[in-house]
Amino acid sequence: MSYAAHFRVWRGDAGGGELQDFSVEVNEGEVVLDIIHRLQATQAGDLAVRWNCKAGKCGSCSAEINGRPRLLCMTRMSTFTEADTITVTPLRAFPVIRDLVTDVSFNYVKAREIPAFAPPKGVAAGDYRMEQIDVERSQEFRKCIECFLCQNVCHVVRDHEDNKDSFAGPRYLMRIAELDMHPLDEMDRTKQAQDEHGLGYCNITKCCTEVCPEHIKITDNALIPMKERVVDRKFDPLVWLGSRIRRRENV
Amino acid sequence: MTDLTMHRHEYDVVVIGAGGAGLRAAIEARELGMRTAIISKSLFGKAHTVMAEGGIAASMGNANPRDNWQVHFRDTMRGGKFLNNPRMAELHAKEAPDRVWELETYGALFDRTKEGKISQRNFGGHEYPRLAHVGDRTGLELIRTLQQKIVSMQQEDQRDHGDYEAMIRVFAECAITDLLLDGPRIAGAFGYFRETGDFVLFEAPAVVLATGGIGKSFKVTSNSWEYTGDGHALAMRAGASLLNMEFVQFHPTGMVWPPSVKGILVTESVRGDGGVLRNSEGKRFMFDYIPDVFKKQYAETEDEGDRWYTDPENNKRPPELLPRDEVARAINSEVKADRGSPHGGVFLDVSTRLPAEEIKRRLPSMWHQFKELADVDITKEPMEVGPTCHYVMGGVEVDPDTAAASVPGLFAAGEVAGGMHGSNRLGGNSLSDLLVFGRRAGLGAAQYVDSLSRQRPAVRESDLDDVMGFALQPFETDVGENPYEIHQELQQAMQDLVGIIRRPEEIEDALARLEKFRERATKVKVEGRRQFNPGWHLALDLRNMVIVSECVAKSALERQESRGGHTRDDYPAMDAVWRQVNLICSHPAGSVEVEVKQQPVPAIRVDLIALFDRGELAKYLTDEEMAGLPEGDLTT
Ligand SMILES: Cc1cc2nc3c(=O)[nH]c(=O)nc-3n(C[C@H](O)[C@H](O)[C@H](O)COP(=O)(O)OP(=O)(O)OC[C@H]3O[C@@H](n4cnc5c(N)ncnc54)[C@H](O)[C@@H]3O)c2cc1C
Ligand code: SF4
Ligand code: SF4
Ligand code: FES
Repeated sequence: MSYAAHFRVWRGDAGGGELQDFSVEVNEGEVVLDIIHRLQATQAGDLAVRWNCKAGKCGSCSAEINGRPRLLCMTRMSTFTEADTITVTPLRAFPVIRDLVTDVSFNYVKAREIPAFAPPKGVAAGDYRMEQIDVERSQEFRKCIECFLCQNVCHVVRDHEDNKDSFAGPRYLMRIAELDMHPLDEMDRTKQAQDEHGLGYCNITKCCTEVCPEHIKITDNALIPMKERVVDRKFDPLVWLGSRIRRRENV
Repeated sequence: MTDLTMHRHEYDVVVIGAGGAGLRAAIEARELGMRTAIISKSLFGKAHTVMAEGGIAASMGNANPRDNWQVHFRDTMRGGKFLNNPRMAELHAKEAPDRVWELETYGALFDRTKEGKISQRNFGGHEYPRLAHVGDRTGLELIRTLQQKIVSMQQEDQRDHGDYEAMIRVFAECAITDLLLDGPRIAGAFGYFRETGDFVLFEAPAVVLATGGIGKSFKVTSNSWEYTGDGHALAMRAGASLLNMEFVQFHPTGMVWPPSVKGILVTESVRGDGGVLRNSEGKRFMFDYIPDVFKKQYAETEDEGDRWYTDPENNKRPPELLPRDEVARAINSEVKADRGSPHGGVFLDVSTRLPAEEIKRRLPSMWHQFKELADVDITKEPMEVGPTCHYVMGGVEVDPDTAAASVPGLFAAGEVAGGMHGSNRLGGNSLSDLLVFGRRAGLGAAQYVDSLSRQRPAVRESDLDDVMGFALQPFETDVGENPYEIHQELQQAMQDLVGIIRRPEEIEDALARLEKFRERATKVKVEGRRQFNPGWHLALDLRNMVIVSECVAKSALERQESRGGHTRDDYPAMDAVWRQVNLICSHPAGSVEVEVKQQPVPAIRVDLIALFDRGELAKYLTDEEMAGLPEGDLTT
């Protein structure tokens, strides 16, 4: 049942690197991460890769397999034939540190720029009341395991490095949507998303949604509704006025 | 030329570990004005806590108003077979609800009851539905919430000091290899950055260990590469002691097939929500395994057990929900008696118990996990499951109120700390433990730092040379062993010889092998450079796994009874005399070996004892202890 597979793994660092060929044993039921681990244990002790849970829960093991952004631990070898060559490369949108490990600090910087949950004033801990149906919308987005595959695939940053400053990326635009839909959050966030975090760059190609291992409908459920609200705000004088008044009440 | 670059940082409090315990400790320390560093081997937000599935136990009484801290305390003591540190179990039961509610003020979104409160689910050993949850990804919610709380504090610091990292900074992908002392007191922590291989020194008078568990010393485990027992080993080498290391929890339900996912956890919620265990004959075998101490609390027939899900007031719970140690041993026995499933486990079936849609709604990540990793649709067919090494009850001996270890300036919370769970942890009691004692450790550390005079402990440069020399060793030998091979052999030895059922000859065999591993671990060789080199990281972790495994084996040999996460083939029963004994491991300076000694278990306060009835106490206490109880009805 086991066979020798042909793997090509990118090895190198910030200074450059190349694809290295390996012939490596594959057994029934294994995933790509198992094969990378076997390479570490038997042929390349210093091969750098990130992983933790090995069950699609932590979002550490993101890489590109045959050019497609995937979790290494959730990509089964049975999706390939024995004759296939399997090429594993680091995420393309982020700078390489070593081998399959990239510098994802961009995402942590963006996370810090999104204003945090604004708790309702005057409601004590223990007194929060929310309906299941109202929390479910934000809960969908909180399934995010921060694998950054969507950040890696979105063409706004993948193809235009210089957009990184002004564009938070799908994961963090979705974070704004999550807070916006939180039943008890007290901040108005739509305008922020548009003006400060680059919602306008998104042209709803849905590539982010397609790669999301948690199957979150990032574009349909987070980005498009937020865009619609931005448009409403811009053109509806009443909404515009309303948002002004609400703002003033908060001061 | 070897690059000896070393970064230096100074902090008031250094928290090692960015799981639930570490993050909660850091939040507390920073709130009390401490400049705080958080260090973790993985990226921020990836610690083990992220994997927790089922929920967090707190007696909020949302699902059953009869729940309260006393009931939670009772369940915790029963689960731990009365070996818990009673003060820890008390603090935990009392404070857990506040810690959960607090999470909502940080932005957490738990599943709700009809009244809009936090929903609570059933779990093994908990009398009432008690686990706050978010589907089966509660750990993710917990860690993300704490992570986002820290970000919000950093945003305040940006506003007030113009620097996000003025008061609290996260050092991700940084591993601590040694603690540094000034006399008996903590002076700092030394380690390396994974990304560059550069060394780093944190000078700080207080260190909080929140490094999690030790599962990577066993072959079949639900734990990740991070669980090499670093905190346990760091504490011992600094002079602190470890408590009851023989108690290792084998979770009854890990995946068994395919081999590459063997050990990955199948959450207890599957059983809490109605899933049942069957053997190859289709029998719900758990009814044959209800031990005497639990006879009064568990159903005797399938009908009664089934009725309990809808009418818990008038029926007893099914034995599938016994504490984990009982279920794991039962599965082990069924497999040994040749009544197992094709791949050496038993069947866990929820497909015949709940409608498919309901399964997908309540157990989404289990559905996903089996579908994607094993080609099994759990809404249509049973899963195959078997025990997997999951959690260590043993850990650093701490003061319950402050989480302080015996070394001044050293604190420990979360899985790395001992005492709270006694000989066996109940599901859901870890996440609550992280928050309750994480907070207390942050508080304890801050108070300790405040109490110091201006003269802080200082790091000795000669100590730095030593620890750096140790870290570089694997690059400096020309011939040496592959660290991966030693690791695999160690895992196999612990699994086979100090696993679920323990025999003295086998434990001694394990100890003999460990002695060799200890020797071999000092002579490993790694290829390549220091930059992000997993071979090197493993080489350094081996030392910790060896010392921690030695503690487990030695304590297991010493304790001549079976209790919770420790089962001796030659002493199959629980022994009330042994309930009075804690086993303490220490590593005296200059010695190679670990030392084990016996120490009395702290007495249970009279008002806490009074929460149990005499009949139940008699199952755990010695006659002498029973005679010493106050007169009259205890429970009034
Ligand atoms: C699959 C699974 C499911 C679980 N489900 C539940 C559940 O439903 N309910 C429940 O209550 N419990 C559950 N548990 C148990 C619970 O998740 C853990 O016990 C708990 O998360 C441990 O948290 P912690 O904060 O102590 O450590 P962790 O979250 O494990 O964090 C340890 C941290 O320490 C860091 N660290 C370790 N060593 C070093 C070092 N040398 N230098 C620097 N940093 C270091 C790591 O990088 C990490 O950041 C589950 C466990 C598993 C494995
Ligand atoms: S939908 Fe928007 S955010 Fe998503 S990939 Fe396309 S452009 Fe990027
Ligand atoms: S939204 Fe999906 S793809 Fe993006 S980081 Fe989260 S889990 Fe990954
Ligand atoms: S290792 Fe956690 S998602 Fe792959």
